[in-house]
Amino acid sequence: MPKGKKDSQKAIRKPAAFGPDLDIRGFSREAAPWPSCPVSSLPEDIAQRALSAGVRTDEVDRAGTYFQIDRSAVFKGMKKTFGGKAEILSTKDALKKYRWARNYWWKLVDANMDKYTALANLRWDQGYFIRVLKDQKIELPLQACMFISRENFNQNVHNLIIAEPGSEAQIITGCAVHPNIQSGLHVGISEFYVKKDAKLTFTMIHNWAQNFHVRPRSAALLEDGATFVSNYVCMKSVKSLQMYPVAYCKGANSRVSFNTILHGAKNSYLDVGSKVVLQGKGSRGEVIARAIATENAQIKARGLLVGENEDSRAHLECRGLLLSDQASIHAIPELVGKVEGTELSHEAAVGKIAEEQIQYLMARGFSESEAESLIIRGFMNVGTFGLPDALKEEIKKMVDASIAGAL
Amino acid sequence: MGERLAILTIEDLTVKIAGKKVLNGLNLEVPEGETHVLLGPNGSGKTSLIMSILGFPSCRILSGRIQFNGTDITAMPTNERARLGIGVAFQNPPPIKGVRLGDVFRHLAKGEADEIKLTRTTNIPMEFLERDLNVGFSGGELKRAEIFQLLAQRPSFAIFDEPDSGVDVENLKIIGKAISEFLKRRSGLLITHLGHILRYVRADVAHVMFYGVIACSGEPNKIFNLIMKRGYKWCEKCPKVKRIRRKR
Repeated sequence: MPKGKKDSQKAIRKPAAFGPDLDIRGFSREAAPWPSCPVSSLPEDIAQRALSAGVRTDEVDRAGTYFQIDRSAVFKGMKKTFGGKAEILSTKDALKKYRWARNYWWKLVDANMDKYTALANLRWDQGYFIRVLKDQKIELPLQACMFISRENFNQNVHNLIIAEPGSEAQIITGCAVHPNIQSGLHVGISEFYVKKDAKLTFTMIHNWAQNFHVRPRSAALLEDGATFVSNYVCMKSVKSLQMYPVAYCKGANSRVSFNTILHGAKNSYLDVGSKVVLQGKGSRGEVIARAIATENAQIKARGLLVGENEDSRAHLECRGLLLSDQASIHAIPELVGKVEGTELSHEAAVGKIAEEQIQYLMARGFSESEAESLIIRGFMNVGTFGLPDALKEEIKKMVDASIAGAL
Repeated sequence: MGERLAILTIEDLTVKIAGKKVLNGLNLEVPEGETHVLLGPNGSGKTSLIMSILGFPSCRILSGRIQFNGTDITAMPTNERARLGIGVAFQNPPPIKGVRLGDVFRHLAKGEADEIKLTRTTNIPMEFLERDLNVGFSGGELKRAEIFQLLAQRPSFAIFDEPDSGVDVENLKIIGKAISEFLKRRSGLLITHLGHILRYVRADVAHVMFYGVIACSGEPNKIFNLIMKRGYKWCEKCPKVKRIRRKR
């Protein structure tokens, strides 16, 4: 269903506004198709890596699953007990099945924004379609895994998520690669529609490889009374990651909250931000980011709040902790007020661990490394984030393991 | 003989912090079971002495040594000193986001301290254990939380750095009683400016610091009352203090 192919062919050479420019011709599009199979029967090495990104192939504590390997949607479906509450399809099937689906396709993200969106338009490899049906509340999270099994592969997925009016759901998306994979390029387009009084909690966990390049492009549209919580966790090193998802709070009293937890390690270049556009009366936004940088990591932590309604309010909080002299964290918070009455604020802080805090804890008997670990774990404490219960412990473990590895 | 063994012995200690000499050949001995009070004008080196006893890396030792229970701890890291039995209630503890008071309490208590009893003794509400360490605590809460941690640690030698400053009457009473009870079977060093805490805590000896050394020592109430009455300006006229200043 690619649209405006001609324009995309022009846009395919257009560098992105942020992040290092990549030569997309350097990646392979060769991948053998994977046969469909029950998600529980996936090989152990794949299952393990999926789990490291929050996706359980045993489907325990999950209401439904979408699993894509390279270009193949190997599994998609709701668990029986949750059938009739939501629908999970591949986006190719969804666009065939529902003519109306094209009204949501490339509507929030511009297909010709840069070479990565153009790539996803021209060389589109599935992605998931999740529709939470009207007034349905699903207690357990739905999960989706984007998996890459081939070296230097370029995967371009396009996801469409619709939370119908009055519905409530949580979605976990885990991205991971096979343990043998070192490099590649993942482009992921995600368009979210959170309708009247619906509540959607979306948690994305990235677990790529050291030489991997990642370019997600996400946008959400919130109707009256809608709530969208978007959590992003990246604890593993990548070569480069650039994303700047946006939420349009169009509806009255719509609410968005972006929570980001980053650990930049080795030679990672992370350029990650969140944008909130407050358009509806009474709309509210919150952006919280925590970043730690170790070794040679370079992190740009962006945030943009735009107030377009007289009765709107948003706050941005970005805190970065530097754990190496070779690493850097550049916080770029931006506020744009377009009308009188909008209230936008931010606080940003970047620094190293205060010596005073270490000495204090050492005087309590903690060793220097115990004290550091305690302070960093405290800094990255995600307890206050709106994470689904099923993920809290897992994410805490990921953060702990990542910190232990960093020290 | 009745002479008690020293728990803390400091000999000829000279220390620089950030390039500035803060202790200048200081000598101090605290016998086991005694509580000593440390007095002195601002900048005389009281807090530097405490930092040196704790072994903070910012304290560069130029000469002298510190012995604790017969062990030379001059070059020992702070946490090992804590393990040997040196504890401290800080004057201005730093806020640490994400680290809960309960985390530190459990580390110190090692399952051997009665949590409920200690929260009562120090008037710390149980829900405080879930709060971030020293984040948004009031002046009285900070002091009480410090003493709460110290009681959990049960060190044989406890340092209290101005436990009574910025504390209201009710909190002073709670803190005073807790410290007094705690020091009954232990040794300690107490810094106070206005001496409020001495209404509750019985001290054995008071020391007055000037220019990074102990200028005089004696009976706590007598020394304290003299200072309260005449001020440190009067002390400055003492030939001994003059000599110290010249030698500096």
